[in-house]
Order: sequence, then C-alpha cells, then structure tokens
Amino acid sequence: MATVNIAGKDIEVDEEGYLTNLADWNRDVAEYLAKEEKVDMTDAHWEVIDFLREYYDEYQIAPAIRVLTKAIGKKLGADKGNNKYLYELFPYGPAKQACKIGGLPKPTGCI
Amino acid sequence: MSEEMDMEEGGTIKKFMFVNRKAPYGTIYALESLEVVLISAAFEQDVSLAFVDDGVYQLMKGINTDGIEMKSFAKTYRALEGYDIEKLYVDRESMEARGISEDDLIVDVQVVSAAEMADLMNEQDVVLSF
Repeated sequence: MATVNIAGKDIEVDEEGYLTNLADWNRDVAEYLAKEEKVDMTDAHWEVIDFLREYYDEYQIAPAIRVLTKAIGKKLGADKGNNKYLYELFPYGPAKQACKIGGLPKPTGCI
Repeated sequence: MSEEMDMEEGGTIKKFMFVNRKAPYGTIYALESLEVVLISAAFEQDVSLAFVDDGVYQLMKGINTDGIEMKSFAKTYRALEGYDIEKLYVDRESMEARGISEDDLIVDVQVVSAAEMADLMNEQDVVLSF
C-alpha cells in the first residue's frame, strides 16, 4: 500500500494507483491523478469524470467500457457516446483511466 | 489487460444461467455471482439470472448494511439492464414463503413457478449455482 501526498494530505493508493478510500477524492486529488496519467484535464474530461461518479453513486460499480459508451451516448449525445471520442480524452482506456482519476475502483468486468 | 475482449465474428453464443440461492450478506456467494454476471456480459453471451430460496433476499429494496460494515450492492442489480442482462427470474414459492411480493424488489423480474424454473434450467447450456 503506497501513500501519496496531495495538497498537504497523505492519501492511500493501491499498487496500480487507484484510491483506497473513495472518500479521499476531491478535485485536487483528481488533478494529481490526471497528471500521473499524463492527462490534461479539460471541461470535456470533467464531463466524463462527473458522469462516471454519478453512475457509481447510482449503481455502486464502475461500468464496463461498452456500458459506459452507451450510457454517455444516451445522456450527452451520440457524438460523445463512442469509443473514438472517449479514447481521445483518455488514451489508455476510458474506463480504467477515467475511473482512476475519478477516484473510483477499477471497472467490474475489466478483463 | 484489454478493457473488453472482442469476440470473434460468429463466435458461439451459449445460454448461461446463474442461480442464486443464498442471502446477500454473511457469505460471499451473492456478490461473487453478481461480479461473474457482469464479467460474462463482456463476452456477449445469453445470460439469465434465477433467484431461488434465500437468494430472493438479494433483490430486496431498502437493505441497510450499516450495521455489518459492508457496502450494499443491491443497487448494482439495477445496472444489469445497461449490460443487456434483462432476464431475471424469481421463484414464486420462495417469495411467498418469505412474505415477499414483487413490489418489495429493486428491479423488474419475472416471477415463475418451480415447474417453469425447471424448464428454464433445462434450456440452458450452462447452469452455475451460487
């Protein structure tokens, strides 16, 4: 178990860099995790992160990528609900990378 | 690790049924079953779920797990629709024996008799019991 110091606060992460305690998440933490992932956060990134966090709040799981793209398409429009758009924002895998930045566990069904 | 494995075109689709017989907490069976179900969805198989005996408690509304310091996963059953898993069968006798009606459940299900459930199980290629 590793600890990282973000804005003066020690925060536990697992061996892959996911937060151990979901309650530790805030915007500063997200910015830090994004930097680690070499993702430059824009409004478009935040939109996906916020969507994922709402999804998690509602269903208590992080969605698989196929489910994520479909759900985003429904809520934010077809131009955003596709792999190309999401991979442009999160090149190393939208589900994995966005979940990490969003302070959520790795998606169930991530195989 | 790839996020989702692509099935080859024309891959075989089998009928999988996950049979849930145990109460949601106290053992790991219910949660493990749910996780396997979510993973199986990535393989685009024909998945159905059956809830029998104490397994019907898994779908109860208003479960409060604060006292046992465990995360409640009842809400996750609502995500199944987004995973295209829409065949949820509940055994009528198991519900009646526990004083549970369809209105007490967190998701829409099909309530079936023991004989109907047996027929459904017979149709499957694979039946996994939890």
